[in-house]
Amino acid sequence: MRKTLSLLLVSALLAVGGSAWGAEKTLKLGVIAELTGDMPAVGTSCKNAAELAVNEVNAAGGLQVGKEKMKVQLVVEDNAGKADQSAAAAQKLITQDEVLAIVGPNASRYAIPASEIAESSETVLITPWSTNPKTTLDANTNQPKKYVFRACFIDPFQGGVLAKFALEKLKAKKAAVLYDVASDYNKGIAEVFKTNYEKLGGKIVAFETYTTNDKDFSAQLTKIKDAKPDVIFLPNYYSEVPLQVQQAKRLGITTPFIGSDSWGSAELLKLGGADLNGYYFSTHYAADNAAPVAKKFITDYEKAYGAKPDDVAALTYDAFGLLFNSIKRAGKADREAIRAALSTLPSYKGVTGDMKFQADSRDPIKSAVILQIKDGQFTYFTNANP
Amino acid sequence: MSEGIVYWLQQILNALQLGSIYALIALGYTMVYGILTMINFAHGDVFMVGAFFCFLAATYLGLPFAPTLLLTMIGAALVGVLLERLAYKPLRNAPRVSAIITALGLGLFLENFTLALAPYPKHIPPLLENVSWDLGGVSLSSLQVIIIFLSLGLMFLLDYVVHRTPVGMAMRAISWDKTFVPLMGVPVDLIISVTFAIGAGLAGAAGTMYALAYPVIDPYMGIMVGWKAFISAVIGGIGNIRGAMIGAFILGGVEIMVTAFFPSTYRDFVAFTLLLLLIVVRPYGILGKPRTQKV
Repeated sequence: MRKTLSLLLVSALLAVGGSAWGAEKTLKLGVIAELTGDMPAVGTSCKNAAELAVNEVNAAGGLQVGKEKMKVQLVVEDNAGKADQSAAAAQKLITQDEVLAIVGPNASRYAIPASEIAESSETVLITPWSTNPKTTLDANTNQPKKYVFRACFIDPFQGGVLAKFALEKLKAKKAAVLYDVASDYNKGIAEVFKTNYEKLGGKIVAFETYTTNDKDFSAQLTKIKDAKPDVIFLPNYYSEVPLQVQQAKRLGITTPFIGSDSWGSAELLKLGGADLNGYYFSTHYAADNAAPVAKKFITDYEKAYGAKPDDVAALTYDAFGLLFNSIKRAGKADREAIRAALSTLPSYKGVTGDMKFQADSRDPIKSAVILQIKDGQFTYFTNANP
Repeated sequence: MSEGIVYWLQQILNALQLGSIYALIALGYTMVYGILTMINFAHGDVFMVGAFFCFLAATYLGLPFAPTLLLTMIGAALVGVLLERLAYKPLRNAPRVSAIITALGLGLFLENFTLALAPYPKHIPPLLENVSWDLGGVSLSSLQVIIIFLSLGLMFLLDYVVHRTPVGMAMRAISWDKTFVPLMGVPVDLIISVTFAIGAGLAGAAGTMYALAYPVIDPYMGIMVGWKAFISAVIGGIGNIRGAMIGAFILGGVEIMVTAFFPSTYRDFVAFTLLLLLIVVRPYGILGKPRTQKV
């Protein structure tokens, strides 16, 4: 009995292995997205855009790799909005699903642990939305990681843009910051903003923190109110910002707020409503002021999902664009060849604008836009070039 | 008023609001412990389910504040009784560890069940028109007034029920002795269910008020608040109802005042160190009494 069982098992294993062997003509690409947890809107946008990009390629008969056309197969993993599950998902995609490359995760606090796994397993990982410099830097050597790339600008640039915007456009001489000290993204950009703002002659009158999952910010906001700033910077995620603004208003704070690219989700408008009217934030692209390349993407996305693509969707689409471009140039479905092709890419015209890559850097140089929230819509306000 | 006084008055008001919510949840922990000497770790998630009931009643049924609050309290009470009947009652004579593990498991179940139904954070519509008064620089919102007074009202009501009614007397009797009290004709199962219903109902009320004060809710919101409420119950002396209320206001006060005094980064570190010191000085909590174990 035992023998027959083990025989059965072996043959079943062989069958599974055999079928994977037979399907040689497909390229497997992995996606790690925040489908559940505290930012599901980010993960959903990422997944939607990934499927759109892959369907487009497959509808055209597949991707030209060397002499043959190969269909692309997508493997999507949920990281549940957790750092440990992001690393586990990367591990699973690389060793179990044997994907060629990974796109995601998006938030820096999940992208950093996943990038460590990708780097040590020598598999290309492109994060669409993680702007924290640490994502592409090796923590020990402070040199760029070999296998980790991104499709977005980085926080030192974004923080500089916002500091300049607050001082010059809003004429705010005194600023206050409230940020999540337990999250890599929020902490990184808050510190960069502070340095740049002070360098440009502004004064930070309050630099307050909280930890992830806090809902009560009344003590910090009362402190900020007492410091009398001209502007309040909230570099926090879309599910927290509405609470912070509402509580501030309840405490009688009338100071305008500014934010960073973590505001750029349609969910922000749903959760925050009229309370957010008139405020500005920096982000990757403006759907209402997009280049011709982007127009087609925006209409296709709207047709498929019934919503305007947010910045995560646009950046995911670009991450796949970068990946397809490199696979084509590599000419073979091989992890190392893809890395080599990707690291020698000089520039790329994407949905979120033109990207330039420097020789020894994994971070594209590209411009940012400032959007204003007007009548429940994100509207283009101005451009900021590097 | 001078600016310093205004600032401190505002912070005291913030602390009262936070403390009231902690207190309502802490009562559930302390009541169940008082009767069964069991820590119901799923209680924070009952609070979360309460917030979601509030969301359903306000959004899909379009109810105003008072019926929403009532419906949420009844809904949460039912969840509490259901948990007790289905999960805890069969384990009443099992080792205490089994009950605690079951409670943790139930908490995870409630979180993930809600997550499966509502993966996106939900926005609670403003059920009450919010009016802010400016009292010489201190801003007081109608919501704060309602939260503080409603919580205090519910707490006094509970105190009355426990100390002045037959049901309360039965509860105190069961917590005193589980062997002989049933022989006196006290329906133990019914009283335990009533205890769970009251505790969960108060958590439902806390969920409603929390959802109104912080109108973005998600399935994980109960974890941290639940822990804080549990800590409140412990510093007040777990098993003691008045102690839980005092503990909650102390925790809320310490959290807010540490942020007001120190850089906010040190909040949890300083707050919990202070509470740890309190436990060192009074290991049974502020109003708790040491139980002597007879061998």
